[in-house]
Amino acid sequence: MNKLTISLSPHVHSGDSVKSNMFGVCIALVPAMICSFVFFGLGAIAVTAVSVASCVFFEWAIGKYMLKNAKPTVTDGSAILTGMLLAFNMPSNIPLWIVVIGALFAIGVVKMTFGGLGCNLFNPALAGRAFLLISFPVQMTSWPVVGQGFTTIDGTTGATPLALMKAAIKAKDASMLQDLPSAWDMLIGNTSSSVFGEGAMGGGCIGEVCALAIIIGLIYMLARKIITWHIPVAIFATVAVFSGLLHLANPIYAGPVEQLLSGGLMLGAVFMATDYVTSPMSKKGQLIYGVAIGFLTVVIRTWGAYPEGMSFAILIMNAFTPLINNYCKPTRFGEVVKK
Amino acid sequence: MKTFRIGGVHPAENKLSAAQPIKVAELPKVAVFPLGQHIGAPAKAIVQKGDKVKVGQMIAEAGGFVSAPIFSSVSGTVAKVDTIIEASGYAKPAIFINVEGDEWMESIDRTDTLVTLNDRLELTDKEIIDKIKNAGVVGMGGACFPCHVKLMPPPGSKPEWVIINAVECEPYLTADHRLMLEHADEILVGVTLLMKAVNVKKGYIAIENNKPDAIALMTEKAKAYPEIEVVPLKVKYPQGGEKQLIDAVVGRQVPAPPALPVSVGAIIQNVGTAFAVYQAVMKNKPLFERIVTVTGKSLKQPSNFLTRMGTPMSQLIDACGGLPEDTGKVIGGGPMMGKALLNTDVPICKGSSGVLIMNDKEASRAEADPCIRCGKCVSACPMGLEPYLLSACTDQQMWDRLEKEDITSCIECGSCQFTCPSHRPLLDYIRLGKSTVMGIIRSRNAK
Repeated sequence: MNKLTISLSPHVHSGDSVKSNMFGVCIALVPAMICSFVFFGLGAIAVTAVSVASCVFFEWAIGKYMLKNAKPTVTDGSAILTGMLLAFNMPSNIPLWIVVIGALFAIGVVKMTFGGLGCNLFNPALAGRAFLLISFPVQMTSWPVVGQGFTTIDGTTGATPLALMKAAIKAKDASMLQDLPSAWDMLIGNTSSSVFGEGAMGGGCIGEVCALAIIIGLIYMLARKIITWHIPVAIFATVAVFSGLLHLANPIYAGPVEQLLSGGLMLGAVFMATDYVTSPMSKKGQLIYGVAIGFLTVVIRTWGAYPEGMSFAILIMNAFTPLINNYCKPTRFGEVVKK
Repeated sequence: MKTFRIGGVHPAENKLSAAQPIKVAELPKVAVFPLGQHIGAPAKAIVQKGDKVKVGQMIAEAGGFVSAPIFSSVSGTVAKVDTIIEASGYAKPAIFINVEGDEWMESIDRTDTLVTLNDRLELTDKEIIDKIKNAGVVGMGGACFPCHVKLMPPPGSKPEWVIINAVECEPYLTADHRLMLEHADEILVGVTLLMKAVNVKKGYIAIENNKPDAIALMTEKAKAYPEIEVVPLKVKYPQGGEKQLIDAVVGRQVPAPPALPVSVGAIIQNVGTAFAVYQAVMKNKPLFERIVTVTGKSLKQPSNFLTRMGTPMSQLIDACGGLPEDTGKVIGGGPMMGKALLNTDVPICKGSSGVLIMNDKEASRAEADPCIRCGKCVSACPMGLEPYLLSACTDQQMWDRLEKEDITSCIECGSCQFTCPSHRPLLDYIRLGKSTVMGIIRSRNAK
């Protein structure tokens, strides 16, 4: 007879793993990735490839030579995911060396300095984007318009729908908002703006232009129970209500549909705010976190210096996550009073 | 369909032996009776080496109020009073009896005639409780809490319902399922006895809907008892937990310890206990045999046995085709809360609902990854606790914090560890933290 294994219960496991969750999110990103390749062509492919490769490299190198981990952590898929998300937050014509610096900051500073997977305070991809936005403001905000196929350098650049919204607020001119692409166009990623004449289209970050592709990803993640609805729905609802009220009060503020479908809101709400490590643990906490992100996003978009508020709103709330975890306990059994 | 409100998981059910009728297991050559096979004080041996005993004869008396006597399941000669490694992994005192023949006490009614409460109208609540107490009946679901104690709630509490736990939410186990299919009438009489014992007018039999045949049969038979209702429940682990079951059936939540289920009006008994109560009260038959599921994916013939207590598990495994080559772990009970056994000589006790054989591959745990703070353990916890935090605070020995985080409410169901994508040994840590904190609380109260 074999020697019997002795261990405490439970003796069975669901079969879930870190890997299957991380790669699950990567699969959910595939529709958005395909759209980005179609819209932005070679540039998007190059940026995504360089970003993923450098994130994986830095994770491996730092794990092996600096942290001296016994078990390599690159295989868990989290570095690939960070690489994809970082790339999706950059314009497709950005110089590739900037991408590498972004990856180094995201993995090296934001993730590995705190101890690697599970220990980081901020979402590495978003912090990497914020770092690049401050360090290379020109390169990070020149948006190639969509539909340029394979021209990568010196392609036409254009304004994003968000920049147009900001301009409308600054000029106090609600009629400028008529130049926004229709809701349908924003949903499928055709963010053309009539400002730039017939046929030319407005741009955006690699992964953010096609809201529909991101919604497909969301449905996939919900179906596989990788994430729950709480955070994305809280963000969507808050943005819709808050921007709807603003729009009613003064039509120079864009309405809820435009707010929801433009910029990084979808990408952020579905893929960034739901990052396991940096979001609250309890469902109650997740709802509060989502509402706060939605609120901050509209505030920054409306009154802030940057046209885009999503990434900063998420980073700010990342900082509040430990506090939310501390005060937002799940409802204990027995707290519910007798029926 | 009803179920409990907070958390829960759904492990693969693997009820391999559900279609196997109950077989009578062979008598052992030597039967072993550990003295501490229930919660509370161990029983005290009242036989000595060389004594002759019959089937159903008391061999150890209750060691206190929260305790239960033990009866011989075999006839023969007491060989010794010694120690044996039992399911807990510790050596505990036990009575060893060499089996000779099969001679029963004459007081036991061995016929199959169904005796209902209408045949015995003279029975009072006190008599019922006394008979249960003197027959050594304990909770048959695995916790082995002496049955009579639950039927004598503290003064001031008002029982409203008897809820029969026929959920059998542990994967693999089918003992309760088979018992319902083959002894439905006796179980129903047992329920009426329990209801009479605590003077309540309503009884529920809660069954998960992965046992549609048992639900159908019990519902049909229960038509003769208007005060008993069969409640089908959605399949979810740990629905068989006392608190979860009350929440699922009547929608009330028992407050944190030390509150008892009766504080919300519920008396919970396992379906096997209801059967044992019937036998004790109506047939004068003390608790000395039970249904045991012997199962596992590599086992040749997973089966359900009517087994005399004291039978070594190895004998049941042999009756199922022997211990498979690739055995990696032998578990007493189900895979979620059962105990891994040191060897297969462990005897069947009052709480042995099953023996589960796992192969090498199933027996090994995956290596733990860092916590990715996904919150799945928090969603899974049926008590509304935060397992990731309890485990981390235990690692850091933050006992005060653990007490504030309600670690003592943990029911050790294992849902957190089952669901953790990082394969972290959450419950291992939480058990350590819980027992330490309980020790601190006890010594503080003692001052």
